Amino acid sequence: MTVAPKREAYDMVVIGAGPAGLAAAATSAEAGLSTLLLDENVGPGGQVFRAIASTPVTERNQLGADYWVGADLVQALRASGAEIIHRATVWSLDRNLDIAVSIGGASAFVKAKRVILATGALERPFPIPGWTLPGVMTAGAAQTMLKSSALVPDGRTVIAGQGPLLWLLAAQILRLGGRIDRILDTTERGNYFAALPHAFAFLTSPYFAKGLSMMREVKAKVQVVSGVTELAASGDGQLASVSYVAGGKRETIAADLLLLHQGVVPNVNLAMSAGIEHRWDDLQLCWSPVLDASGNSSVAGIAIAGDGAGIGGANAAVVRGRIAACAAVEALAPAAAAKVPAMAMLRSDLAKAERGRVFLDTLFRPAPHFRIPSGDTIVCRCEEVTAKDVLDSVAIGATGPNQLKAYRRTGMGPCQGRLCGLTVTELMAQARGKSPQEIGYYRLRAPVKPITLAELAAVPKSEADVRAVVRG
Amino acid sequence: MSTNVDAIVIGGGIHGCSTALHLCLAGLKPVLIEKDYAGRHASGVNAGGVRQLARHIPEIPLSIRSMGIWEKISDLLDDDCSFESYGQVLVAENEDELAICRARVAELNALGFTHEELIDAAELRRLVPAVAETCPGGIVSRRDGAANPAQTTTAFRRKAELLGATVREGVAADNIRHRDGLWHVDVGSESFAAPVLVNAAGAWAGRIAADLGEPVPVETVAPMLMITSRVLHFIDPVVILRGRKLSFKQFKNGTVLIGGGHLATPDQERNETVLDWKSLATSARTVFELFPVMRSATIVRAWAGIEARMKDDLPVFGPSSRHKGLYHQFGFSLHGFQLGPGAGAVMAELIVNGGTQTRIGDLGIDRFHPSTL
Repeated sequence: MTVAPKREAYDMVVIGAGPAGLAAAATSAEAGLSTLLLDENVGPGGQVFRAIASTPVTERNQLGADYWVGADLVQALRASGAEIIHRATVWSLDRNLDIAVSIGGASAFVKAKRVILATGALERPFPIPGWTLPGVMTAGAAQTMLKSSALVPDGRTVIAGQGPLLWLLAAQILRLGGRIDRILDTTERGNYFAALPHAFAFLTSPYFAKGLSMMREVKAKVQVVSGVTELAASGDGQLASVSYVAGGKRETIAADLLLLHQGVVPNVNLAMSAGIEHRWDDLQLCWSPVLDASGNSSVAGIAIAGDGAGIGGANAAVVRGRIAACAAVEALAPAAAAKVPAMAMLRSDLAKAERGRVFLDTLFRPAPHFRIPSGDTIVCRCEEVTAKDVLDSVAIGATGPNQLKAYRRTGMGPCQGRLCGLTVTELMAQARGKSPQEIGYYRLRAPVKPITLAELAAVPKSEADVRAVVRG
Repeated sequence: MSTNVDAIVIGGGIHGCSTALHLCLAGLKPVLIEKDYAGRHASGVNAGGVRQLARHIPEIPLSIRSMGIWEKISDLLDDDCSFESYGQVLVAENEDELAICRARVAELNALGFTHEELIDAAELRRLVPAVAETCPGGIVSRRDGAANPAQTTTAFRRKAELLGATVREGVAADNIRHRDGLWHVDVGSESFAAPVLVNAAGAWAGRIAADLGEPVPVETVAPMLMITSRVLHFIDPVVILRGRKLSFKQFKNGTVLIGGGHLATPDQERNETVLDWKSLATSARTVFELFPVMRSATIVRAWAGIEARMKDDLPVFGPSSRHKGLYHQFGFSLHGFQLGPGAGAVMAELIVNGGTQTRIGDLGIDRFHPSTL
């Protein structure tokens, strides 16, 4: 059933129903703000709690206790009185807080006094030779299938990359009876030393014990190769093998499926298209929005919470969602501020949730050679532009990602830079001897997700059109 | 300490870049100053229409001059600018509109212009098979076409620099003053001096003219465009409508550009525009009605470039009416891209020779300020 928003204007519109969005919408609605939660998926949860209300996986242990925390958040939201619309793709947001949303093939416009963006994270591009072959996919895509349909790989499967999610996915696949032939760990040896000074915070964080036991669980069942310094997928129109170098030794193994993952980065497209200022984060190696302590962005009225505000994980996302919502309540309905959690308490929750993050960021900082490809490796999948193509354009005068569009169509395809943006920025920065901040990023424009011409043609006419018709 | 050059060109749009290039070709050493980067605004993000069709009569000679350069653009720039020439077609949606077309072509013919040609329903269908069958005809300008605007503007800039122009990007021209017969302009920590100053600053040019005592009726506008995903090839010429705001172009890669002059809200200080989706929906409806083949295409991106529009829709082009050595080249009012190559050539003639064979008399700033020179 298709449900359009009930009103044309809301006090609060929250975009995204992951941990941050669920918490933000519930907090806002509990305080009495008219609240609309728009979410792209079929049910609440985002990626972390994907299919929390519908998963066919019933054995709780298989997805881990952390996953089921999502159920409480959903319950709180449903009791809060917030209006919730799923399968709702927000395709435009501007600095006037006008929102365009596509729901079941029809678009509607709503206006908000406050917006909280909780659009979460994307997997970082992993541009190795052969990464565009059928049979190579991201770990996140595999996890989506696992959570929503209990589908796990049964062919010869290799998982390559690094980061907490990689180990989580491996554990989940194994618990559901899936097959993993080998794990290729690309964590740089030097990262262990770099992360050491931050180890104390990590050891005392909730991540530590869980992470360690998960890695033990996986390593007991799968051959893990660490210190992988080179990685390539090959095959004729379909993945056939994965070759890698570890400890100076090259090895090639046959594979039907290669799952790649080297961490997640903020999903910035909607925020950037709204004109929100972003900065290059040199530790997390991505663009993060410039925010104040309550998550308010450079555009008045728009706050960002969750991993879209800088990667912090699910626990931090929940708290940041509450903080952003409380700040909005304080601004719009000061009298209701007593109904929401105290800011001081939330800030201490956040400090707790963020403990250990610097350690993880440092340890799992992807190596330059896995972020910045060379030669014939594809950078932009939509337009099939290689690393060499980009460097050739730099040599004849392209200075940044937007200028590059005059030479190559990088970033102009349907993905709007989601799969190439970071690579292009870092590649051009390296080639020009500049920082990514100086090089910049694509200027992103709506629609942030494509809509059909027919759908746009069917939106309600503007008042000016109606007047023109009346006048004849 | 000022650097002496032969000319200072302010504005790295297609006009400023073209003028800088043509000055180099004439043996001068200009400096080109662009506050962002060449092609950042309207010149780099417009529809790319290379159109003589449906122009105001006073700018037709400049447009024809420009067309000759477009047809040899590779020779000039060592870059094909993705220029292609499948004509531009103005579609009449009913008999009334066709009658207006007929009168227009007759008027042009009487003035000696033959580039616009009246076509009937059969020829329209031959040129644009996908158009709705109810359209009775229109006008074609067969030498017209389209180019890639960012590629073109960048190519002009690159060639100008190659031929000796100094290019300063990322810093605005500041503190413009005339002293001892020379124009002085600060660019960050640098300063340039030249006997000639060209004001080609697009949406920012009106302010420069006003500061120099020559205010003109100009506003800042941001016409919107949107582009679709790839669809099967179905159209070659650029199509514009007589009655409704629409321009339409399919590129070689299958993507379709939809424009027509609906406006976004510009924010000149921030270099930003806020799109008006309800107006874009009007464009979508027009395409939906005229080109049923497009209905399932997806819109991938929409944008708007900031530019200057004159109250009378005509550019300000030619020497200042107050200051010796000052030249204006702005206010192209949503149709300046095709004029860029020719306008640069003519501007260089005005500067170097003091005159030109191309008729531009109706475009001067003296239409607002009688000359005091």
